Amino acid sequence: MSAAGQRLGQLALVLPLVLFLGVFFVWPLFSVLEQAVSDPVVSRHLPATAAASAAWDRTSAPPAEMQQALVRDLRAIDDDQVLGDLVRRLNSAQPGFRTLMRKTVSAARAGGGPLDLAELDPRWREVPFWRAIADATNPYTDRNLLAAVDLQRDTSGAVTIIPEGESANRAILLRTFLVAATVTLATCLIGLPYAMLVASSAGWRRQLLLAAVLLPLWTSLLVRTTAWYILLQDQGLINSTLSALGLTARPLPLLFNRTGVIIAMTHVLLPFMVLPIYSVLIAIPKNLVPAAASLGAGPIRAFVHVLLPLTLRGIASGALLVFMAALGYYITPALIGGPKDQMISSVIAFYATGSANWGMAGALGIVLLAATLVLYGIYGRLSAANTTRA
Amino acid sequence: MSNSKTVSTIAVLGLLSAVITATGASARDLTVVSWGGTYQDAQRKIYFEPFSKAIGKPVLDEAWDGGIGVLQAKVKAGNPAWDAVQVEADELALGCADGLFEKVDWSKLGGKDAFLPSAVSDCGVGAIVWSTAIAYDGAKIADGPKSWADFWDVQKFPGKRALRKGAKYTLEFALMADGVPANKVYEVLATPDGVDRAFKKLDELKPNLVWWSSGAQPLQLLASGEVAMTSAYNGRITGIDRSEGKKFKVVWPGSIYAVDSWVVLKGAENKQAAFDFIAFTSKPENQSKLPEYIAYGLPNKEAGKRVPPQFLADLPTAPANMEGAQALNVDFWIDNLETLTKRFDAWLAK
Repeated sequence: MSAAGQRLGQLALVLPLVLFLGVFFVWPLFSVLEQAVSDPVVSRHLPATAAASAAWDRTSAPPAEMQQALVRDLRAIDDDQVLGDLVRRLNSAQPGFRTLMRKTVSAARAGGGPLDLAELDPRWREVPFWRAIADATNPYTDRNLLAAVDLQRDTSGAVTIIPEGESANRAILLRTFLVAATVTLATCLIGLPYAMLVASSAGWRRQLLLAAVLLPLWTSLLVRTTAWYILLQDQGLINSTLSALGLTARPLPLLFNRTGVIIAMTHVLLPFMVLPIYSVLIAIPKNLVPAAASLGAGPIRAFVHVLLPLTLRGIASGALLVFMAALGYYITPALIGGPKDQMISSVIAFYATGSANWGMAGALGIVLLAATLVLYGIYGRLSAANTTRA
Repeated sequence: MSNSKTVSTIAVLGLLSAVITATGASARDLTVVSWGGTYQDAQRKIYFEPFSKAIGKPVLDEAWDGGIGVLQAKVKAGNPAWDAVQVEADELALGCADGLFEKVDWSKLGGKDAFLPSAVSDCGVGAIVWSTAIAYDGAKIADGPKSWADFWDVQKFPGKRALRKGAKYTLEFALMADGVPANKVYEVLATPDGVDRAFKKLDELKPNLVWWSSGAQPLQLLASGEVAMTSAYNGRITGIDRSEGKKFKVVWPGSIYAVDSWVVLKGAENKQAAFDFIAFTSKPENQSKLPEYIAYGLPNKEAGKRVPPQFLADLPTAPANMEGAQALNVDFWIDNLETLTKRFDAWLAK
């Protein structure tokens, strides 16, 4: 076969992969990003109002011309779904637009002439409603991305922090990373000794230990979370055992707090830590530790200087797997956690399914992705440095 | 060997794709979506199965957890996989304004006058009247709470409390606990001071609060003794009392009731069958069977009259239970849900 033919054959082999990545990874990611920054409804469907708003100073009552332009624009929209997108966008910036627009649209459709909006509803006298329209005239916006990290633009266009108590995305994002990091650490502390135990055992014992890790992995996440819910509650197995043994006078608070979330998530994610470490461990020659011992190293020294550096690769990939998976957790914090354990995916879920605000959902997703990529970059740097040193 | 394997693989793949195209091309059966659990079990028995028998075709049923974004995504993608869906009042208002639902022809349902006024809309037909109320275990608390003020009083009634996670309902209940009469709640909540007042009242109870999100959770919390009282859906409370012999009680004053409606998604393949199905569920002789299984009020007036007397007392629509109860203000929530949810999340995170 000629070289070119061979090259073509290779290309044909990777083509499915490239297509798969393109369709299921790159394209969705791109569309999420686009959703987060595109804001076309007002410029597309209220063109006259958008044009008229350029002449308005944004602080006094809007000129009559802009008001009548809005009435004309609204009359021109005959698709309810378009109107819905428009109203959702405006209501998200200024609550009240839902009922205001419903009233205005039916009045605009009823009559043909100019309409006295202020007479129709006193809210049209309020500048913030008009400013919400004027702010939305640019087909691209950074407001979702800013709002995702608790920032907004004030009336002059400068970026400011959203007042405390009105939005908590930053706190929730931070908490998401904190919980993921804690879970990663906990799985590492449990997973490493466990993997060593599995690797050092043989025969049916090894099978049993592996099954203990793998069986939960094949059980539904929801089932495992609900099981923890039952175990952790005040009258649950853990608390009743502790009090029966006389160890605790009153039930330990394990449910609806961070402790419960960490326990449950650690259990759920443990296989992702144990398996990579185990796969590295079984490849390490069994005689290295005895060799270190023969040279005078005690068990701890042999572990720290021989076994641990060789296992590091497994720990690192396990940590990465666990951390990334933990970032997106939703069901476990929702069921086991308290109000202060909500993670960012529940906020994203609210915007996506609860209020159909795809822009905000996309922006939060992008921020989470960007932060994760930064962390991944740091990890890459560290592990690269590690390999060269080794 | 390897060749025959390849051949057989290709054959299997070809067969698979043939099967997929065949099922894809054939018409989908009428798909009805409701809220799952014991409620949907009851609906299956009195609506889905009899209707399927009447038309001689299968009726598929699925469950969902609400969310206007779900419906919007389905309609916008075109050819939605669902036909008739039961939605909450705010989803009905949002979806109707956004053109996500087909319009209802009321003449085929016996006219608008046959229904309670709150169950009539351009896009939806009322399915049930349900209520969110205080629930407590009568076996543990003999002289139970009478109001939201009692719910907030952890001295008089020690123990934790549970509420549905979210701004909707929670803010109303907080204001009632702060002494606002039920019928003035939305007036107060419409002002920025009113919202502040509600959050301030919530601050008081925050250390003793746990939050639930799905309808079965509050019952579990009550049954396990994790909380002393909780908000819950009235039908579930009566349901568990009947099925498991519990003594859970509903506190009707200060409860908030709302209407769930049937809608047909815009562009649904089985639009006609879906409206026929809705008409079937709205017939008095069919609808009046529901309270035997689950204690929800009936939007069809004639059906309401036919409910056997022993089930009447548990319904949100019973006159005694309406006293001091408040209807959910849908307009307030479609305007303010997003802003208040953001603030509620920020308050939770504090």
